[in-house]
Amino acid sequence: MSARHLEITLNVNGEPVAARVEARKTLVDFLREDLALTGSHVGCEHGVCGACTVLLNGEVVRGCLTFAVQCDGADVETIEGLSDSGAIADLQRAFQERNALQCGYCTPGILISARELLASGVAPSRETIREHLSGHYCRCTGYQAIVDAIEAVAHARFAPPPRAGEVASEASRKGQVLADSEQASPLHHASHGPPPPLRGGG
Amino acid sequence: MKLSPDQPSALTALDRPNSYIGRSVPRPNLARLTQGRGQYVSDIALPRMAHVAFVRSPHAHARIKHVATEQAKKAPGVIAAVTGAELASVITPWVGVLTHLKGIKSAPQRAIAITRACWQGEAVCAVVAKTRAEAEDACALVDVDYEPLPAVTDAETALDPATPVIHPELGDNLTFERALTAGDPDTAFAEADAVTEATFVFGRHTGVTNEPRAIVADWNPGDQRLTVYHGTQAPHMTQDIFAKHLALELHQVRVVTKDVGGSFGIKVHIYADEMATVALSKLLKRPVKFVADRLESFVTDIHARDHRVKARIGVNKDGRITAFEIDDLTGIGPYSVYPRTSGIEANQVVNLVGGPYACPNYRARARVVFQNKNVMCQYRAVGHPIATAVSEGLVDLVAARIGMDPVELRRRNLIPDDAYPATGASGIKFEKLSHHASLAKILAMMDYENLRAEQKELRGRGIHRGIGLASFIEVTNPSAAFYGVGGARISSQDGATLRLDATGAVFVHSGVTEQGQGAEAVLAQCVATSFGVPIERVRVVTGDTDHTPYGGGTWASRAAGIGGEAAWQAGKALRANVLAAAGAMLQADPATLDISGGIVVDAGSGRERLPLEEVARVVYFRPDTLPPGFQAEFVVTRYYVPRGWPFAFTNGVQGSYLEVDVTTGEVKLLKHWCVEDCGTVINPQLVDEQIRGGIVQGIGGALYEHCVYDEAGQLINGNMMDYLVPMAVEMPDIEVGHVVTPTADSELGAKGAGEAGTAGAPACIMNAINDALRPLRTAPLLAMPFTPEHVLRALGRI
Repeated sequence: MSARHLEITLNVNGEPVAARVEARKTLVDFLREDLALTGSHVGCEHGVCGACTVLLNGEVVRGCLTFAVQCDGADVETIEGLSDSGAIADLQRAFQERNALQCGYCTPGILISARELLASGVAPSRETIREHLSGHYCRCTGYQAIVDAIEAVAHARFAPPPRAGEVASEASRKGQVLADSEQASPLHHASHGPPPPLRGGG
Repeated sequence: MKLSPDQPSALTALDRPNSYIGRSVPRPNLARLTQGRGQYVSDIALPRMAHVAFVRSPHAHARIKHVATEQAKKAPGVIAAVTGAELASVITPWVGVLTHLKGIKSAPQRAIAITRACWQGEAVCAVVAKTRAEAEDACALVDVDYEPLPAVTDAETALDPATPVIHPELGDNLTFERALTAGDPDTAFAEADAVTEATFVFGRHTGVTNEPRAIVADWNPGDQRLTVYHGTQAPHMTQDIFAKHLALELHQVRVVTKDVGGSFGIKVHIYADEMATVALSKLLKRPVKFVADRLESFVTDIHARDHRVKARIGVNKDGRITAFEIDDLTGIGPYSVYPRTSGIEANQVVNLVGGPYACPNYRARARVVFQNKNVMCQYRAVGHPIATAVSEGLVDLVAARIGMDPVELRRRNLIPDDAYPATGASGIKFEKLSHHASLAKILAMMDYENLRAEQKELRGRGIHRGIGLASFIEVTNPSAAFYGVGGARISSQDGATLRLDATGAVFVHSGVTEQGQGAEAVLAQCVATSFGVPIERVRVVTGDTDHTPYGGGTWASRAAGIGGEAAWQAGKALRANVLAAAGAMLQADPATLDISGGIVVDAGSGRERLPLEEVARVVYFRPDTLPPGFQAEFVVTRYYVPRGWPFAFTNGVQGSYLEVDVTTGEVKLLKHWCVEDCGTVINPQLVDEQIRGGIVQGIGGALYEHCVYDEAGQLINGNMMDYLVPMAVEMPDIEVGHVVTPTADSELGAKGAGEAGTAGAPACIMNAINDALRPLRTAPLLAMPFTPEHVLRALGRI
């Protein structure tokens, strides 16, 4: 093995993967080019647009700011896995009903961030939803339909939002890796949240 | 969840049983897009596919003395390193001019520059390798010997005798000029009670489609065919151009466009690097893929706007506008873009200024000049944001000057709703618009009087809120007058081919394309209604030149109004053919039959006679049982092109309520409204979302987006950290209302809605900011984008 390449093993959407990857290859390029998981998109390759958002060990990360070799031994989940497991079926349905996507290029990433937001178990306000989406660039919709769809799912899942004392999300406009402090591990999932995604070959 | 209310159409011609017209039917393609199962061009991988990366000029203007590719060719994975001179053996240059823009001129542009690079970012060499990363690695090994040349960057001085001429063979840096005088503006200004002058500046900005431009070209020497997977709005247009410049017959080229990750006019042009990619595939006899990365998107995707408009308006004391005058200057980069030209936006500004108003006196001049920056061309709402901001900005300034409420001044000048058909000062023709009804509706939606009261009350507490309005018109449903008459081989008609399958479902093949706006849903609604089947039994196919009727694609808000009408008519024709077969089977007069819910019924009573599945079964499998001589025709095609009017103008009005923080200069958007009249509303939800998305794109130009060049022609903020786009947290909720004035040019009566939001938003935001700052007696802010820095400078704080 040259120094340019490393062997890694990981779980992607519950399937074991062993691969030899270039050290410089990003996670999103690895997913798209090596595993043909093209649901994660490449929009800016510098961590701003959020189109490449995936889950790494349950945490929301930018696929373009994460190297594939950093994922050795990790669990990675993409929009394909979350779709097949039904984990975000209510969000997907709401996005369709509200036309919360046009070209759809940003949508997988936004759905993954919306899942994170709603994993807190509390229905967020519209302002909190907007703030949480600030790591995602959508050129088509103007965002309102996306906010509406997420709000509708939140209301369906939870009680109406508290008027004050909300916990602000840590989303930032600059789009660094988003901390997922609120999200329980899939094994300790909030009782009224979506079913946990399938893991480990399940 | 706020689903748009269904709006049944008032038109009887559309009053079919189980009509889908006016219903917010969800788009059929959303399920796969939400599952990450889209098929964008950037997702495509073909056997033996290679990847191309380009060496791009770091200079705004430089002579290319030598390109050394030897080291690059030896690099790992490299298949070829190709210079402009080498590529010229397979692809010819092009010139972006059209005859209806009288006098427009440009120079031949090449897929890869040969002797001279004319902007920072122009490709000077291509490297093809097994992976994109290897191609980029090898690009770093290409040694280009440049001799920097003086860069022409300031449009204001581009025509000065001392300024170098970018293309000496053209004689000067003037691309195009248009002058227009209507009525008697000199007398009108001389006799006006008040004349207000202002200079409006519109920053260069760009589309920033979330999926960058992407193309996979696959030349198959065995078939002698080129298949191009292309993220484009106009597949038949690009098919024509690839064929022409690669010396192929049209039928040798197939363009396939599946999902496109945003277009907005960015993807309706021909780009040099895309031409190079198809040429490289022909040269190398294998598939070649090019996907622009974000940094090269900023220096190669067309830019837009970048206009400086000196303007004035005359009014009488009673508020009657007497005249408009504009002098527009715009710099469009070193080449007029192919094939639509870069003269269209300035031409549109001339056409549209003052368009909502009954004012016959108008003088306009527009000059389009070359410069050594990235090329500019048509982007969503071409010319409209500029014309609307100039017109509406002048109206607000002059209203303040004579002490009249801006709403009242509009009421006294907007073309009366009963005055149609009407002709604007520039000669543009309006079939029927609804400016006054729209204004009345938006004022009610805004609760305008109470909003003014609130604004006044808050001003007393040092809170500076502004209310802005902007009436606008929008060009939609273009006829051949837009491009065809100038010699562009861009179809203005569009077609739909319908095919009944063996179970009674319908396939629709349409020449318009799906860019995310919902064209496929609209086509399905039209066919399901006019043919008479549940919408689940309609399957739409777009974006394939082998399998769709020759058509124009999606631009200028034409997909629903033109493609939808063709689909509507095709549905009627297929219904007639199916009823002919059903009549033969039932021994009934086809005129007494109809199709409803996928079942042949008696037209009067609705009594069910025969499922479509049974008609199809007999026609396809037991035609021997049909009467002798009867032949069923279950494939039909219908075309449509607007003939009554050159364009179907729409109209609308937007309102903005915002707050200016005079300490930080930040503008906080509180609420935005739009009332829009696109004629028959086929799908209310999709129309509203086009409006919302368009408004936010317009807000981007008004507040954030700016391609900032230095004097040397270097783009200094060409990345997404420094080029700001609207993000969720800054955007307001947007309330959309409608007035419905169908066009009589089609049975459907639908006009376009894709650009109305972008057309009016910048004007509306500008007027609201100036309304907020007016009590502080600042000079009006007229240069977009209105960044905090600009606001603070206007306030004298920095």
